[in-house]
Amino acid sequence: MKQSVFLGTLAATTLLAGAALAQGTSTLQTVKDRGELNCGVNTGLVGFAAPDASGNWQGFDVALCKAVAGAIFGDASKVVYIPTTSSDRFEQLTSGRIDLLIRNTTWTFSRDTDLKMDFVGVNYYDGQGFMVRNDLGVSSAKELNGATICIQTGTTTELNLADYFKANNMTYTAVPIETNAEGEQQYLAGACDAYTTDASGLAATRAAFADPENHVILPEIISKEPLGPAVRHGDSEWGDVVRWTMNALVAAEEFGITSANIDELATSSQNPEVQRLLGTSDNLGAMIGLEANWALNAIKAGGNYGEIFAATIGESTPIGLARGLNAQWTQGGLLYTPPFR
Amino acid sequence: MNTSTSTFVRTEMLPEQAPPLTESGAVKWVRENLFSSVLNGILTVLGVVIVAYLVIGIAPWLSRSVWNAGSLSECRQIIAERWGEGVTGACWAVIRERWPQYLFGFYPSHLYWRPVLAFVLLCVAVAPVLFDKLPRKMLWFSLVYPAVGFWLLWGGSVWVPVMAVAGFAIGYAAAKFLQPVAGTIIAAIAAVLAPVLWWLFLAGPAADALQSLLPIALESVRSREFGGFILAFTIGFTGIAFSLPLGVMLALGRQSDMFIVNKLSVGFIEFIRGVPLITLLFTASLLLNYFLPPGTDFDIILRVIIMVVLFAAAYIAEVVRGGLAALPRGQYEAADALGLDYWKAQRLIIMPQALKISIPGIVSTFIGLFKDTTLVVFVGLLDPLKGITDAVRASTDWKGIYWEPYIFVGAIFFLFCFGMSRYSMYLESKLKTDHR
Repeated sequence: MKQSVFLGTLAATTLLAGAALAQGTSTLQTVKDRGELNCGVNTGLVGFAAPDASGNWQGFDVALCKAVAGAIFGDASKVVYIPTTSSDRFEQLTSGRIDLLIRNTTWTFSRDTDLKMDFVGVNYYDGQGFMVRNDLGVSSAKELNGATICIQTGTTTELNLADYFKANNMTYTAVPIETNAEGEQQYLAGACDAYTTDASGLAATRAAFADPENHVILPEIISKEPLGPAVRHGDSEWGDVVRWTMNALVAAEEFGITSANIDELATSSQNPEVQRLLGTSDNLGAMIGLEANWALNAIKAGGNYGEIFAATIGESTPIGLARGLNAQWTQGGLLYTPPFR
Repeated sequence: MNTSTSTFVRTEMLPEQAPPLTESGAVKWVRENLFSSVLNGILTVLGVVIVAYLVIGIAPWLSRSVWNAGSLSECRQIIAERWGEGVTGACWAVIRERWPQYLFGFYPSHLYWRPVLAFVLLCVAVAPVLFDKLPRKMLWFSLVYPAVGFWLLWGGSVWVPVMAVAGFAIGYAAAKFLQPVAGTIIAAIAAVLAPVLWWLFLAGPAADALQSLLPIALESVRSREFGGFILAFTIGFTGIAFSLPLGVMLALGRQSDMFIVNKLSVGFIEFIRGVPLITLLFTASLLLNYFLPPGTDFDIILRVIIMVVLFAAAYIAEVVRGGLAALPRGQYEAADALGLDYWKAQRLIIMPQALKISIPGIVSTFIGLFKDTTLVVFVGLLDPLKGITDAVRASTDWKGIYWEPYIFVGAIFFLFCFGMSRYSMYLESKLKTDHR
């Protein structure tokens, strides 16, 4: 009986699927009709995405989800956070269960082309580093010849590690681990000399140790890990919405628009680009199918890029990441948004 | 021989002597149970050493437990203050702060009473099934419990589960009224077809209409808000409840002489058993999405439950087949000789014996199923063991915590699995009728 219901449902839905695919609705319209944004996030990564004790998601990636929801609905709370694992994140996106993937995902050639993702930008420039115990007496990654290294399997970091050691003509023994928590445990238990992962992750891990002063993060960054939001290939209008929402947050920091002064600037600013951004003059929103004050709402969701950074992973948080590459281009970083015109 | 007074027959009893030291009390017990041979002696010493090693390793850590703290670093500070620098201790404060998340996931906190009530009612519904001394009328509640539990957990209009239950009533009514008029076969077909048509086409509109007439609804809770042990229990108990009947049907199907039924059952069982559960879960979560129209929300928990039921049913089918195979041929022949039809023979003679033989296998399948519910973490659901723990660890307060969440979740799983195991032993001894 149960089975027949299931099969009946399956048959009926398959028919419906054919009908719906033929129509080819746009993601933006689907999201608007649904009234909620399905945002794929990490199941839990310190500072980037984590639910608190009462179940509210918080973090650097989550803030971008909120900003996109703010831009579309004018209400940053209209987000459904769907935790995705590193193995199912791309399928979740291509199959349409999520509209947007913001899960500290590295933008690579094959993911962009072969996996049919569209990365709309970079919200965090990361790189792979090493952490070792002080008493190992190592001060550079070049001295790690012959070391045992804890490494998460199935990630880009695993491949980077092999490349780096090969390029420097060194050898290593890999201790494969599944999750970051397990990696910490193995490293602390002495199963490996060095632990390698993204530098942001290393900083967060070190900060959580009982004795952070006995561990050091080596200066070498051996890879480029541009982490960015991804959308499905082939829906450029939707990609534009996400890309320019992110750009708006970066531009807001550049122009000194903060969540404290945004309402004031929206009415009184004489800077024409600020006026265009906040929708006081021109109507940029109409060009991407949103309200005129879309950027205003996006910035109000959690502040500008710098505010989000400071609140979630910045130097005042336990993770304590410096801006580094993620500073504005005027400050020697890589954040550089095209003009709002 | 006047010296015949010398006695060689003892006239008074000697007092009882204590048995030799090696044959009594603790010494005897130790000799017999721990050191009865050289090999046993070595194994005993080895066992004691291992236990002692574990206790020495774990006990100090456990004894330095902290229950009140706001973060892991605060825990460490407290431990350092109380027991000196450099020692480690258990930080149970994480459980104290996050236990609602472990039990309820992201279920809205003002609605916690609903899963709790659903759980209490579950116990009431299960009791008459487990213990035959309870009044049989309670079974009626057990039958409607799935609808009650569904309504309490997910909320929404009361008419949705009511209409779903009405489908069974319609099937029953169709069979009852058509049987005298149109014969057994048509009645049986109608009994299956009528409810299916009802569920597919009429139940939804009927529920909507009734809802607008008489709105009774609970605040609805969506599946993504489920997590932790509610998720494990929902999937586990639904899986157990539905896989047993389905498994029995499959076992009978596999034994059947009807070609199609037999081959379908064999194919289903062998296919499902040949595929890891994770594959089925990925199919449910990802593959199915490609066939569904964009935007359809075919509930992810429902999909997972369907897959878990199918998976467990295949295993149950093989366990029950083992029970059926163990029955002597004479039992089947006796049933035939009594003139019982197939279903009566199964119900009255074959199944009671076959299921009794299969109890240990069935229960271990259930225990396995219950523990396998933690695998849903791979499809992005927040299971208690890893999903919730990862989420908790991802907060800056609790990053770096490792053993405590695992111990807590493990303890709860142990409680339920051990309970199931003890119940199966109780049932076995109660049903023991042979004289082996």
